Amino acid sequence: MYIKDELDKIAATKETWAAKLAATNQKRPEREAKFATDSGFEIDTVYTPNNQAEMDYGRDLGLPGEFPYTRGVQPNMYRGRLWTMRQYAGFGSAEETNQRFRYLLEQGQTGLSCAFDLPTQIGYDSDHPLARGEIGKVGVAIDSLADMETLFNEIPLGKVSTSMTINAPAGVLLAMYIACAEKQGFTKAQINGTIQNDVIKEYICRGTYILPPEPSMRLISNIFEYCSKEVPTWNTISISGYHIREAGSTAAQEIAFTLADGIAYVEAAIKAGLNVDDFAPRLSFFFNAHLNFLEEIAKFRAARRVWAKVMKERFGAKKAKSMSLRFHTQTAGVSLTAQQPMVNIMRTAYEALSAVLGGTQSLHTNSYDEALALPSNESVMIALRTQHIIGYEIGVCDVVDPLGGSYYIESLTTALEEKAMDYIAKIDALGGAVKAIEYMQKEIHNAAYQYQLAIDNKKKTVVGVNRFQMEEKPVEGLLKVDLSVGERQVAKLKKMKAERDQAKVAALLQAVKEAAQSDANLMPVFIDAVKEYVTLGEICGVLRDVFGEYKQQIVF
Amino acid sequence: MSEKRIRVLVAKPGLDGHDRGAKVIAQALRDAGMEVVYTGLRQTPEQIVSAALQEDVNVVGMSILSGAHGTLFPEVVNLLREKGAGDILVVGGGIIPDEDIPALKAAGVAEVFGPGTPLANVVKYIQENA
Repeated sequence: MYIKDELDKIAATKETWAAKLAATNQKRPEREAKFATDSGFEIDTVYTPNNQAEMDYGRDLGLPGEFPYTRGVQPNMYRGRLWTMRQYAGFGSAEETNQRFRYLLEQGQTGLSCAFDLPTQIGYDSDHPLARGEIGKVGVAIDSLADMETLFNEIPLGKVSTSMTINAPAGVLLAMYIACAEKQGFTKAQINGTIQNDVIKEYICRGTYILPPEPSMRLISNIFEYCSKEVPTWNTISISGYHIREAGSTAAQEIAFTLADGIAYVEAAIKAGLNVDDFAPRLSFFFNAHLNFLEEIAKFRAARRVWAKVMKERFGAKKAKSMSLRFHTQTAGVSLTAQQPMVNIMRTAYEALSAVLGGTQSLHTNSYDEALALPSNESVMIALRTQHIIGYEIGVCDVVDPLGGSYYIESLTTALEEKAMDYIAKIDALGGAVKAIEYMQKEIHNAAYQYQLAIDNKKKTVVGVNRFQMEEKPVEGLLKVDLSVGERQVAKLKKMKAERDQAKVAALLQAVKEAAQSDANLMPVFIDAVKEYVTLGEICGVLRDVFGEYKQQIVF
Repeated sequence: MSEKRIRVLVAKPGLDGHDRGAKVIAQALRDAGMEVVYTGLRQTPEQIVSAALQEDVNVVGMSILSGAHGTLFPEVVNLLREKGAGDILVVGGGIIPDEDIPALKAAGVAEVFGPGTPLANVVKYIQENA
């Protein structure tokens, strides 16, 4: 990127300067013997154009909206439109979550993001024995289309975009969303949103799997195919590094394992006979924004570059949209402390800023009380306002990729790209992401353990936890999920089940079974079934019967 | 070292899949010389108690991040007592609001370790109380 003579001159100057640095370090020693990023890259005192001697502007950076998209996926980025401010919400009953959604929309939020409770995420109805104690706890309980209709009451599904954190039963929830939108008078082509639908990371670290990998990958390919024809603007998957990072991975592992999962989905869809450019434009990603500010910015840029090269070189994608990595970001839940919780507002703000400087398409900022409970209305509002400050007050959105060209950021971006490619090669050698689940789990666990040891022995400072502690009063005003939610949900479900045409329900479940046993696409039978109020648990029960359940290998 | 090694069952009751904490604690206890069995995810109270008896453990440590601790922790304690294993030390951790802790202790959970607890504190507590 630089003329060789220039580089030689700078290198010579740096050598002279190094003597000066050594003298300074004698008098005023550096705080650490060695500085390193969270991924373990050793950090030099200062960076110069020599660190970029190998960089080729066109090959490695390009302009925003152009291959390899290092600088962003849009030519004008936030000068055109800010990211979608999308707070993940959901708890208790569909009525309560509907109230929270409407509150957030009134407060200036621009998209919805729905959290489901664990029984819903694992494909059990609220009356299943394993649902005890869990109904409505970490998200809203959805058993049937009736709950979905309540959830989106007076929210026009043709006009908002909705992200649904649902994986193993994603096809069934998407079917309910489609049915709900159609009842409101919208067509499938008018709805916008995302289903997470990323089952590999459920096996690796998030835990809400149902079926074994093979039928799970088939369901995902079915959704890709169905949506490419019927629901063209729906994001069919959100390939997620967020939870990999929350489970303890480094930044480099986060992008590597996420993109390795992405490669597995692309391969499965191609194997199922789909054309890469028919489905790849609707793939989206989901990353974590953690505390190591500069490394996080470089991480987002590196992820875009790696994916663009993979799609072009490995899969021969032709469309620009197949190569450009669009992503949602959430600030790091694990970085929140139960101690001095208001301080979490600052942590979240820096994390959110790294996501914006890294070019995110949508963002969730965590609330300060989330190490203690689900967030309250007040704490959610502060979290949303944090995004408003970044978007409207501090000027960082007026230029695209402001840190592009920083000697350090570019060096780190390249280092992360190389490290990620090494990991992907290792995973390829193991036979791909599905075969490498336990390998990734081990890597993540080791990194998590090292991180905790570094906190315990104070090599890593956590304000309020191992430094700057103080006496505190318990936090007041935490959100409590009403214990009667579970009972009311079960009663509602039983009443609804009793009122249905039982013969029709049985016939629809038989149709799901036959489709599952054949090579047919499952989406049409899911939609037919949910329209007649066949429940999530009933449909998933049939899938469990046909395909069996995934058994986790215990790795630690 | 003639003393018998402490045996611990680290368990994940309920449906949440957050096992970072459980696995880190399991590793720390193992590194401190204890024998540790980790159950994996989605264990019912019955499964946890049956594993505790089968593995003949001194301690059951449970981790929940979904908010279902109020239902599931006491069920495990009660089942252990029913099976005549009320002497097993039961401890818990996860996202557990301070105001829920007295009720858990009253139900027989010996100690609750919240976010930010150093590993050494958990190890020490178990060494002193198991």
